[in-house]
Amino acid sequence: MSVAIPLSELPVGALAAVVAVEIDGPVGRRLRDLGFRPDAAVTCRRRAPLGDPRVYELAGSQICLRRSEASGIQVRPTQAPPTGSDNE
Amino acid sequence: MSEAIAGASVTPLRLGLVGSPNSGKTTLFNALTGLRAKVGNYPGVTVERREGDATIGGRALRVIDLPGTYSLDPISPDEAVVRQVLEGQIADVATPDGLIVTVDACTLERSLVLVAQVLALGLPTCLVLTMTDELKARGGEIDHALLRDALGIPVVGVVGHRGLGLAALRALLPDPGAWERPAVPPPVDDADRNGWVVSVLDRVLVKPAARSARTEAIDRIVLHPVLGTLLFTVVMVLFFQLIFAWATPAMDAIDGGMGQLGEFVRLTLPAGFLADFLADGVIAGVGGVIIFLPQILLLFTLLYLLEDVGYMARAAFVVDRVMGRIGLEGRAFVALLSSYACAVPGIMAARTVPSPRHRLVTILVAPLMTCSARLPVYALLIGAFVPATSVMGPIGMQGLVLLGLYLLGALSALAAAAILNRTVLRGESMPFYLELPPYRVPPLRLVASQVWGAASAFLKRAGTIILATSMVLWMLLTFPQVEVPPELPAESAAAYQLERSAAGTLGRALEPFIEPLGFDWKIGVGLVASLAAREVIVSTLAQIYAASEEDEVSLREAIRTDRHTETGELVFTPATVASLLVFFVFALQCMSTLATIRRETNSWGWAAFAFGYLLVLAYGASFVTYRVVDAFA
Ligand SMILES: Nc1nc2c(ncn2[C@@H]2O[C@H](COP(=O)(O)OP(=O)(O)OP(=O)(O)O)[C@@H](O)[C@H]2O)c(=O)[nH]1
Ligand SMILES: [Mg+2]
Repeated sequence: MSVAIPLSELPVGALAAVVAVEIDGPVGRRLRDLGFRPDAAVTCRRRAPLGDPRVYELAGSQICLRRSEASGIQVRPTQAPPTGSDNE
Repeated sequence: MSEAIAGASVTPLRLGLVGSPNSGKTTLFNALTGLRAKVGNYPGVTVERREGDATIGGRALRVIDLPGTYSLDPISPDEAVVRQVLEGQIADVATPDGLIVTVDACTLERSLVLVAQVLALGLPTCLVLTMTDELKARGGEIDHALLRDALGIPVVGVVGHRGLGLAALRALLPDPGAWERPAVPPPVDDADRNGWVVSVLDRVLVKPAARSARTEAIDRIVLHPVLGTLLFTVVMVLFFQLIFAWATPAMDAIDGGMGQLGEFVRLTLPAGFLADFLADGVIAGVGGVIIFLPQILLLFTLLYLLEDVGYMARAAFVVDRVMGRIGLEGRAFVALLSSYACAVPGIMAARTVPSPRHRLVTILVAPLMTCSARLPVYALLIGAFVPATSVMGPIGMQGLVLLGLYLLGALSALAAAAILNRTVLRGESMPFYLELPPYRVPPLRLVASQVWGAASAFLKRAGTIILATSMVLWMLLTFPQVEVPPELPAESAAAYQLERSAAGTLGRALEPFIEPLGFDWKIGVGLVASLAAREVIVSTLAQIYAASEEDEVSLREAIRTDRHTETGELVFTPATVASLLVFFVFALQCMSTLATIRRETNSWGWAAFAFGYLLVLAYGASFVTYRVVDAFA
């Protein structure tokens, strides 16, 4: 069992399970609406040219978040980065 | 499909379209009503309620297209509209009699939350699974019958843009009262609802969709840090080259046609005011603008292709970091991008921006993005004064100058946003989330109909606002008639009369103010007239030169050779041309934009502020440009 880390620290290509969204108010609610709910599987897919924002894959859709939001989502990595990650 | 409903006795059945952004609501709306509302492949195309009529199975229906929303708890103004309509909170807008919930079949899991919220409203509801073609292509499968059982509402699968499945939907729509209703509505509590979503998915999702291979392959290049940037640059440079290379032959043909039409009028009608009015007023004025139709067509074709393919959201992703530095978010960038077509939809698109402060900044800088109304002005001046020489292979000078003007507009918009954010509108920065849609091959028919919509709007402006200002201006340029001194040579008589007309007098009165920018009275008249709409300066100059030239020459030729009556110097020197171009980059000469800013901010104050700061900017930048170019040229 690995420890929880902020989603923003998840390496490109790595898979994780959402633990909790630690942002209050409308933004946290919206992230949950977008599918960031406990146990949801999430992958970091790409980084923008300057490293931020990143594209995360979640429930079949690609969602782009800034570091400031992604750092408020705790995830638990479930697997080492698979071969052939895209943007590195 | 859409027909006027005969008699007031039949109240149409009201059906609301609800669903996540980009799930295909407007595509369905258009298919049902036969209308041509804006469709595009990025979240947040529709930002306001739109109603359309259809008669299906003998029943009059009113279909209501709504902005997309991930949940019924709104966080931006466009989403708030959905809730207001569903709860009947808008005066004179009745609550819908039934709801059509659209769900992108590839994102069923996420969409079920919205479905649960909608079902809790208790209105008759049916579910339309859109993008079933994509689900299949990506190897996914949903059991429609089981989904129907699990939700307790009718389910129809469609491929919206190809019309597949619409017959089944049409059979369903006229009688919402008979739709199945869930025995127990889904739980409202967050944790219980999550459990409900999982249990529904377990039952109905036979196979989840894999990643779209096409989207993966394209994104590997488009979102690549180096290749993506390179590709973007190449596309931009080529685009502006094409606007000149491809449009010029068609433009010349229209130009020639207009010239012949003018001559035909002169030959058939007796010489006098009526012939002058038609040839110099209407044909020269309106025709002067219409010749830029080919460029408008090219511009919109490329814009809509990029939009429908799915590039816009990617562009927002790539530049978000820069926008963040300025204090804006990538979503504001999408709004700014739509301003390339026209500032009005761009300003409206700012409704998708959750933070009111960011919304305001976006609205205030949107007019700096180069809208299509500036294109005729740029094309005229560049076509007349920038040599069509090649800089490097197929890359020509004219296209590069045009690209430069577009870049100047975009960079100024960003700079203005940065300054506004740090001064007038200080505040916290806002979160950003954006869904990247899969790449889609747009149906040719859709692109064609959207481009045609834009082209007919352009022609409509030529037939209304430009025609009207042309007619008024002709009067102002023709009257009062003065006695021309007999010692004046014949070729100067027309110019003498023109300078003493009402418009000429106004232009002369303006000269002290615009002389520092290098503009003469004719440009001054054009600038005043262009307050109605930017292209009007083209029609105005066309009229002035049509009235003052003896024989029919093209406007391009006329401005190239025009000389000051007193000094004999060229009117359009390089410094004047540069200064005029820069003026148009900045100035907000557009009544509809001002009216839209007023409506969206609910204040004349902000409209006045936008007009004022852009005028100051335009004047200052033109002044500097004139001095600098004059010193070097
Ligand atoms: N492959 C496929 N594409 C579709 C289907 N329905 C719509 N589209 C495309 O999906 C994109 C989004 O369609 P819209 O109708 O604009 O979606 P919307 O729900 O109105 O979007 P917003 O107004 O942004 O909320 C467009 O590019 C459509 O051409 C479908 O059934 N299959
Ligand atoms: Mg729409």
